[in-house]
Amino acid sequence: MNLLTISGSPHVHNDQSVKKIMFGVIISLIPAMLVSFYFFGLPSIILTLTAVISCALFEFLIQKYLLHTEPSVTDGSAMLTGLLLAFNVPSNLPIWMMIVGSLVAIGIGKMSFGGLGKNPFNPALVGRVFLLISFPVDMTSWPLPQNFTTSLTDVVTGPTPLGIVKEGLKKGDAMADLMTQVPDYVNLLLGNMGGSIGEVSALAIIIGGLYMLVKKIISWHIPVAFIGSVLVFAAILNLVNPALYVNPLFHLVTGGLMLGAIYMATDMVTSPMSALSMIIYGVGCGILTVLIRVFGAYPEGVSFAILIMNALTPILNKYIKPKRFGEVVAA
Amino acid sequence: MGGVHPEENKLSATKPIEVFPLPQKVYIPLSQSLGAPSKPVVKKGDTVKVGQLIAQGESFISSNIHSSVSGKVSKIDDYPDASGYRRQAVFIDVEGDEWEESIDRSPVLIRECNLSAEEITARIKAAGIVGLGGATFPSHVKLMVPNGKKPEYLIINGVECEPYLTSDHRLMLEKGEEMMVGISILMKGLGVSKALIGVENNKPDAISHLQKLAQSWPGVEVHPLKVQYPQGGEKQLIKALVNREVPSGKLPIEVGCVVNNVGTAFAVYEAIQKNKPLFERVVTVTGKAIPRPANYLVRVGTLVSELLMQSGYDENKSGKVINGGPMMGKALSTIEVPVVKGSSGILVMPEQESRRMKEVNCIRCSRCASACPMGLEPYLLATMSSLSMIESVENERIMDCIECGSCQYTCPSGRQLLDYIRVGKGAVGKMIRARSAK
Ligand code: SF4
Ligand code: SF4
Repeated sequence: MNLLTISGSPHVHNDQSVKKIMFGVIISLIPAMLVSFYFFGLPSIILTLTAVISCALFEFLIQKYLLHTEPSVTDGSAMLTGLLLAFNVPSNLPIWMMIVGSLVAIGIGKMSFGGLGKNPFNPALVGRVFLLISFPVDMTSWPLPQNFTTSLTDVVTGPTPLGIVKEGLKKGDAMADLMTQVPDYVNLLLGNMGGSIGEVSALAIIIGGLYMLVKKIISWHIPVAFIGSVLVFAAILNLVNPALYVNPLFHLVTGGLMLGAIYMATDMVTSPMSALSMIIYGVGCGILTVLIRVFGAYPEGVSFAILIMNALTPILNKYIKPKRFGEVVAA
Repeated sequence: MGGVHPEENKLSATKPIEVFPLPQKVYIPLSQSLGAPSKPVVKKGDTVKVGQLIAQGESFISSNIHSSVSGKVSKIDDYPDASGYRRQAVFIDVEGDEWEESIDRSPVLIRECNLSAEEITARIKAAGIVGLGGATFPSHVKLMVPNGKKPEYLIINGVECEPYLTSDHRLMLEKGEEMMVGISILMKGLGVSKALIGVENNKPDAISHLQKLAQSWPGVEVHPLKVQYPQGGEKQLIKALVNREVPSGKLPIEVGCVVNNVGTAFAVYEAIQKNKPLFERVVTVTGKAIPRPANYLVRVGTLVSELLMQSGYDENKSGKVINGGPMMGKALSTIEVPVVKGSSGILVMPEQESRRMKEVNCIRCSRCASACPMGLEPYLLATMSSLSMIESVENERIMDCIECGSCQYTCPSGRQLLDYIRVGKGAVGKMIRARSAK
């Protein structure tokens, strides 16, 4: 007799999987990828591929030979980490540094905690911050966009718009003069400026974010809270003293804000679970970002802000509970 | 709050209710409702008629059981039921189809009912009516409102949110008038002046039919609801219809509501107006592995295997047979089990749909928590349960879980959340009983 399968309910599944989610995110990154390849040319393509391949390879090797677990590299999460890591570095970073960064991201950022789902910090950011601290010069020399260059050597480098403003203000330059040294808002929005490979085009990243929202890969809470609080906080500063604090819109379209708010901060594993805690987390990211950008030592603060909020995620999860059904609301 | 949208797959929605042929033998289990098993009042060798009392409910929460066929009691013995356990059942060899004379078999609709509330409750109890939505809570108990509580609304559940199942849908279409009478009787029994029937928008024909009928029944309203699983859950339905939340651990009467299923309302009509006890019901036979999906009117005690054969069941094409719907139904280990009062449908899934996906690490995506209609954190409950953190899961309100399966349905990591949660609930239940025994 043919034996019947026995298992507890439910007997159906919505057909989603970790793999589908990861590849969904990767697909949503295509517009940003194309813009970056256009502005930064062949080196950025090579660097991106290097990161993707090394992350996948390191995960495979660690699982197979160190942990002796079944490799799960086909779920796409390591490739996504590689992609995001590459998006967070300048396109002229030496290849070997990219490989070291990948090893740190996967080996320390992810596998040392037990692999996907167990890491407290966003692995790509762990890799990026490691690189930033170890190789500060290489990590902060930004090639300027060259409209699809295939040249690997003679790149022109310069500071990012955030750097221009920060350094300029330190020297006592007037805000109005500084604004003439940075690209106009249209170019900032499109991504025609110096910066990390994948962070430059706010527009392309927003398109990717909308795709993820429609596909229900992420929810709106973190990006909206993050971006909104940057806007509000920067606007307050700007109102207080426009000569000292830059226009809030400038914060939105420069640096890694969009990439951070839409991709890095929304990493499911390292962000909180309930709607309210997501909003608190997003606001925390936003305020810290502005604080670091305006008052900190670095011109950019998105990565640090997110890592700090990553650290608070378990606490948010512990103390902020979803609204229970039938909860007696204290009158 | 929460909820998911599984594929509806209502394959049998357009299939009218068919009277299922009389079987040759029935096995009538004596545990068919929540509460204690009923005590047999017939013995081996007795001849019985259709509708004759064969077992009596003796405790407060238990119910009477009547013969569904006429014939001879061949045995009273253990027989496997849908739970997979062997339990006491009355075996009857069918001879003819002779009904108790007191049962009115004419199709004439009787609208008037002059019984008092007490009489209605007593008749419902005598007829062995239980909740036909699946929970099989004895219906007379619901009519006995505890002191100090006042019912305001009778809620009638016509949601049928489980995918595939259509028995309630067909009943609303074909027996709507009788159902309305049944509802009016239940209103009288409860002493309420308002009844709200909730039906999901995916059954527009049933909504318009009932709305038309409701015009001649003052106080009865039909409410279309948006499609959302598990809206058929008592607490979810009350929330949707009157926007009140039944507090944790409490019954619907706490917020002035009593919920009954549409099938139960029809059974009440038959019991009170036609003097017919509950011994048959509509069962949907369906699934992608079933060539002829159908809605059968089946005598209780008929074997599931007979229903399946009638619909073209092929064991080589079938992987899983489920008693109930795909979200909350129970997988059967054998199809040689009898239909009972609580059987709403039998779902047969092809082999390839029967397997679960591989379980991988939780990626903390919070989809399970967003899907949970009770506002729980399934990932946390599951992890804590698997670590035997019994007190912690109790504090995280694991006992509020209605086992709707939305969490597991939606988990991209294929976590077997509800399996773990059931284990946790079992352990917490045990702890609570031990505590109250002290
Ligand atoms: S925890 Fe319980 S109530 Fe919540 S979704 Fe899972 S099964 Fe349903
Ligand atoms: S849905 Fe699954 S993977 Fe997502 S948080 Fe819940 S248990 Fe974890």
